Amino acid sequence: MNIVVCIKQVPSTTEVKINSETNTLVREGVESIINPFDTYAIEEGVRLKERFGGKVTILTMGPPQADIALKECIEVGADEGILVSDRAFAGSDTLATSYVLSKAIEKIGDYDLVISGKQTMDGDTGQVGPGIAQRLGIPFVAYVSRVDDISDGKMKAERMIDEGHEVVEAPVPCVMSVSKEINVPRLPSLRGKMKAKSAQLTVWSAQDLGIEDNKVGLAGSPTFVMQIFSPKRERQSEMLEGSSAEQVSALCDKLSEMKVV
Amino acid sequence: MSIHIDAEKCTGCGSCEPVCPFGAIEVVDDVAQIKDNCNVCGACQDACDFDAIVIERPAEEDAGDDNSQGVWVFAEQRNGQIKGVVYELLNKGRELADAVNTELCAVCLGHNVEGVEQLGKYGADKVYLFDDPMLAQFEDDIYTQCMVDLIRERKPRMMITGATALGRAFIPRVAAIIETGLTADCTGLDIDKETGLLLQTRPTFGGNIMATIVCRTKRPQMSTVRPHVFKKGTPEPGRKAEIIRMILDGKPTDSRVKLLEFIEDVTEKIKVEDADIIVSGGRGLGKPENFKVVEELAEQLGAAVGASRAAVDEGWIPYSHQVGQTGKTVCPKLYIACGISGAVQHLAGMQTSDTIVAINEDPNAPIFEVATYGIVGDIFEIVPMLTAKIKESRG
Repeated sequence: MNIVVCIKQVPSTTEVKINSETNTLVREGVESIINPFDTYAIEEGVRLKERFGGKVTILTMGPPQADIALKECIEVGADEGILVSDRAFAGSDTLATSYVLSKAIEKIGDYDLVISGKQTMDGDTGQVGPGIAQRLGIPFVAYVSRVDDISDGKMKAERMIDEGHEVVEAPVPCVMSVSKEINVPRLPSLRGKMKAKSAQLTVWSAQDLGIEDNKVGLAGSPTFVMQIFSPKRERQSEMLEGSSAEQVSALCDKLSEMKVV
Repeated sequence: MSIHIDAEKCTGCGSCEPVCPFGAIEVVDDVAQIKDNCNVCGACQDACDFDAIVIERPAEEDAGDDNSQGVWVFAEQRNGQIKGVVYELLNKGRELADAVNTELCAVCLGHNVEGVEQLGKYGADKVYLFDDPMLAQFEDDIYTQCMVDLIRERKPRMMITGATALGRAFIPRVAAIIETGLTADCTGLDIDKETGLLLQTRPTFGGNIMATIVCRTKRPQMSTVRPHVFKKGTPEPGRKAEIIRMILDGKPTDSRVKLLEFIEDVTEKIKVEDADIIVSGGRGLGKPENFKVVEELAEQLGAAVGASRAAVDEGWIPYSHQVGQTGKTVCPKLYIACGISGAVQHLAGMQTSDTIVAINEDPNAPIFEVATYGIVGDIFEIVPMLTAKIKESRG
């Protein structure tokens, strides 16, 4: 079974802040990591390969430095890495990104399953997975928490919805996004590290993918970031003073004013 | 759209560098250079005193000139019941529709859905209703096709969908077919007074940063909004929407993804997203057993139990309890945070709660910035004391 896992290299987000004086992103000391939600997708790809045989190809779109992320995936069991990189892609939103990735998956050709994380840590949209599925013309199964079986051209899996879980059956090939519950990602093995060191990654440009210029980058992105700012905190805070008993008593008074107690 | 530097005019002064939100402009050999990650936001152009930064924008249709009409709300239902988020979206949708002088429509797909007339009472002028046994359960392909065909036929200007598990899986497919912009998890929606465009504000970078996003030329301008971000409006008893019944003619009749079984989540006594009061625990609890102090207080208050991502990541409590950017967004009357430091991503999910009480031993914890009332102290002393006092007051 040939599995394609789509990942993204993201800044380790908790450190990203806006400098309030200059209104710019503070980027010093922000390292790039594999989007944490994607680590579950990589692990699931490798586990499914171990169960059903086949190969795991990692696909990412990003700057040339994103090759580090691909190598990290090979360390934990992936077989191949493909980096789709081109200046023309800069500024792509989720619509344009899903177009580029779907073109790359078409070029990979022989695939049974495409796996993504449920969303990225920086963008947080979760829109690229379903976008890819639509462009490939195959079904999308969101928030998968367990894959029961893949056989006879069908995948049986459990997905999370707001009210609980659903067991569904989807034909393969299909695209699925995985939730954190699905597995615990492994650490790199020594053998994996050796393999990653010598691994040859494939790099594809817009031209390699036969991509139309007006469908990628800023020209191909209907959404446009007009402004960024730090979240405002407008609440009047009151710190309760005194001993623990006095604080608790003061709080209870406030709560009873609110008719909570 | 493109950006370039007029090297003749650029003096290499560097005033553009610090204003770039993305760190995408840099002076190299006394000339500014635009890097790959440039989003053409124009911040550098405003900062340049020498008109050296040239941005070429394609001639764009003004939003006022387009022939799209109406603000649409996807009226999601489950088992024939319209979801609560729909009424929240109608309230905001009404405001947006009024601002651009257009109609507010709800689109409902289902079978024997109850209370469709309620959609009118909550602000809809029209309801496009697809009623068919095929649509009783969410069917990815059929839902997508119905929505795409309706959008192509009626050309809405804006469309808002709840960022539920279903909405987040289905609407991106619709947007991909229509090839329009879709902005996820908006926390603010407004109309730009000059252009009439929908200003879609959303947290990004885990809630550390807010971004306002517009979709200039494609229609509809599509957004998803999490439940409990906007307030539900007050119904007007006499208000009626025109109900337009749609037929499934020529749509696919078979869905590729088949539902085999539904397993209801029973770990939560009260669901956090529906609760009036939430008591949440975080890393400060130290170990899973200690969630008991939170649960006891919650029980006394008839509250739901919430948790920070840290507590969920530690495996102390299931993910369904997680409040925050990557968990649930909540807006209860009272939110009590016990041993939660207040990472931005947590605050993003609860800071609109009516009243917030924070109990934490670190006086500098960011949670106190959003708290209505703060107590600095040992949670294992304070919380049980509070529980006991509430119990006592209730006799």
